[in-house]
Amino acid sequence: MLEQAFTGSKKYFGLLAGLGFLIGLGALGYYQQLTTGLGITGMGRDVSWGFYIAQFTYLVGVAASGVMVVLPYYLHDYKAFGRITILGEFLAVAAVSMCLLFIVADLGRPDRLFNIIKYPTPGSVLFWDMVVLNGYLLLNIVIGWNVLEAERNDTKYKKWVKFLIYVSIPWAISIHTVTAFLYAGLPGRGFWLTAVMAPRFLSSAFAAGPALLILLCLIVRNNTKFDPGREQIQTLAKIVTYAIIVNIFLFFCEIFTVFYSQIPDHMIHFKYLFMGVEGKGQLVPFMWFSLIGMIVAAIAMVNPNIRRNENTLAWACGLIIITTYIDKGLGLISAGFIPNPLEHITEYWPTGLEAMITLGIWATGFLILTVLFKIAVSIKEEVRA
Amino acid sequence: MEHNGNYKNEFGWFADKPQVPKKLYNAKVIIGGLLIFVVLVTAPLWKNLGKVVPAPDPKLNTQAILALPEKDRTCVEDTAFMKANHMRLLVDWRDEVVRNANRDYINSKGKRYLASLSNNCMECHSNKSQFCDQCHNYVAVAPNCWGCHWEKEKKQVAQTEAK
Amino acid sequence: MSIKRREFLRLAGLSTLFGLGGKAAFELIAPGQLDAQSYAPEAHAAKAKRWAMVVDMRKLDDKTAAKCIQACHLTHNVPDIANPVDPAKAFPPEDQVRFRIKWLWTEDYHNAFPGEEHENLQEKLHHMKFLVLCNHCDNPPCVRVCPTKATFRRPDGMVMMDMHRCIGCRYCMAACPFGARSFNWKDPRPFIKEVNLNYPTREIGVVEKCTFCDERVSKGQLPACVEASNGALTFGDLGDPKSKVRELLRANFTIRRKAHLGTLPQVYYIV
Repeated sequence: MLEQAFTGSKKYFGLLAGLGFLIGLGALGYYQQLTTGLGITGMGRDVSWGFYIAQFTYLVGVAASGVMVVLPYYLHDYKAFGRITILGEFLAVAAVSMCLLFIVADLGRPDRLFNIIKYPTPGSVLFWDMVVLNGYLLLNIVIGWNVLEAERNDTKYKKWVKFLIYVSIPWAISIHTVTAFLYAGLPGRGFWLTAVMAPRFLSSAFAAGPALLILLCLIVRNNTKFDPGREQIQTLAKIVTYAIIVNIFLFFCEIFTVFYSQIPDHMIHFKYLFMGVEGKGQLVPFMWFSLIGMIVAAIAMVNPNIRRNENTLAWACGLIIITTYIDKGLGLISAGFIPNPLEHITEYWPTGLEAMITLGIWATGFLILTVLFKIAVSIKEEVRA
Repeated sequence: MEHNGNYKNEFGWFADKPQVPKKLYNAKVIIGGLLIFVVLVTAPLWKNLGKVVPAPDPKLNTQAILALPEKDRTCVEDTAFMKANHMRLLVDWRDEVVRNANRDYINSKGKRYLASLSNNCMECHSNKSQFCDQCHNYVAVAPNCWGCHWEKEKKQVAQTEAK
Repeated sequence: MSIKRREFLRLAGLSTLFGLGGKAAFELIAPGQLDAQSYAPEAHAAKAKRWAMVVDMRKLDDKTAAKCIQACHLTHNVPDIANPVDPAKAFPPEDQVRFRIKWLWTEDYHNAFPGEEHENLQEKLHHMKFLVLCNHCDNPPCVRVCPTKATFRRPDGMVMMDMHRCIGCRYCMAACPFGARSFNWKDPRPFIKEVNLNYPTREIGVVEKCTFCDERVSKGQLPACVEASNGALTFGDLGDPKSKVRELLRANFTIRRKAHLGTLPQVYYIV
């Protein structure tokens, strides 16, 4: 099956080469970080988590969204999704790989990575994060590979694969819940100390992930002989619609709790994001764009005419991806640290090197995605021929 | 597909044996790649051809050691033990001192020592470049203690210069 | 007999896994042990059931506070990011702020005790600079979240840092409600002008904080800041009813930072 990755069109190899170049740049940047320290990023004593952890948080959501394709097919026999479960699973593999790379990139001492295995600490959410992320990566690789190979050889996959598939469904929910618990259990960070953190993470994930999958399906349809299917894309679009509505609703639940109770500790983070505090508010335009964009996208997706037209659907999905990315990738982490527990305000913006390393890791994920999708699509083309 | 039942292809299916002559395909690429690999893997050997590395010669003639009477010039444990186990000993010290707050080491003869690299070992062995580094450089080992812990060689140099 | 390419690869892969995994398992399950030597606390080590500190703000002025901070930072080779040894290597001002490392420092009232301030504060509180440090909580969230137990709570109450084990994930920094922890964003050694050769430095990539001077307490001494404070700081054992800290707590009204969060901080302030 792997041999499918070594043959392809000029466009395919051109894409791989371009991604390889970005990966090379990222590697150079990371070498600089390894030698001189994490000071090359924009983080500091007050905002001690930044762009890397934000990307990780967003991508865990994208990875978890694989369950939205697997669940209807395997639990509820929605046969249409049978065509694209493999795409969802491979997207999850690429996304989790990026998550793990971002975590390693964020560590101050990556050479001591194995300490987390040598000295397991079940009381620490980060320990469980490592367990569930690696487990999910392994699950999806094994499941995806076996199901695809069975499809290629025109047989049924073995029974133990079915068992793993059933395990992967609650596991997918758990990876994003555990990631939300990283933030939601810290007594000193009022912005994150909300029960609605995990549900909001999940709803944002189930909007962003399937939206990305829709765009990928459209790209696959336009560039290969494999058509993921119109009905499949429409069902995914319905999932995205409800997820984005729930996400907006949960956000307004947060706003109500914080601003009706008028507790200064909790209000101040939202004020920083949407109004600026003490003259500092570099995220204000981004957050308003994200909020209004999400509402506009939700209204658009609810409208069946927009949803059924795949061009407008693609635009709406793109908008959802960008707005959820700003919400989770920019707003969430910074606002937790601004203002700091002593009510000082130190703003954060990623540096050029930080962005280069981030881009390199995104390129790595997309390289994995390209290769895996190439294998899956080539085999589906072969089977249907 | 007709077959005579005594050949299975790589997928485990009965098939016709392929009518391909046995030869090494892509010979140039394969042999070229193998050559490059062999050259790279043996690089440490031929890069250091002709280089003579002197045997390690750890010196024990620091001021602090010479100031002790002959019979007191003993390390925390005997020489054979230290040669074989000083790495393990230091790691044990590290965990006992930092994690269990036991800063005293009681050696196999019952004598008490402060379990500290900088404040005990390096007080006597204050000549890292002529002692520790001698063997470490020879076997290309770079223990990462020195990034944090002081080696006190400057202190010894400063003392001799002050004399 | 001929072996198919696939079976060969399978065999090779499995044997490699067994070989590497077996060795690793050996190391984990039965790591080499040295023969029975033993360890003990130092002869004059101070012992306690529960270490705590009382900061008497009535006796603390700005000069004394500066002396305490200097004593702490000099004893422990805490780098001064604003003043490199080689002035040519200085950082721009914003970097000096974000890379700063501080174990003990001063804050205004509304920063040290956020939420307690109001418009008509007692006059002296407007100018008071409170000494703040790690509170060595009894229920520390930082210890709870550390994935490697690199920060851990000793039975006698001190919340310690194991610099050898820290992987630099900075989860503890996110968890601390008091902002007491610093991270080594750059190599600290170029920023240490006066070196204390009897205490190590840290490398890039690890978190550090006040450790209640465990190396001094182990010799029966008081923490460096307490010694330099001229009586303003008191350090002692809450488990000993006759200790000075218990006396102070019995006789005076004390406040703690963010006590409502339930971390049970053990630094008490007499204002």
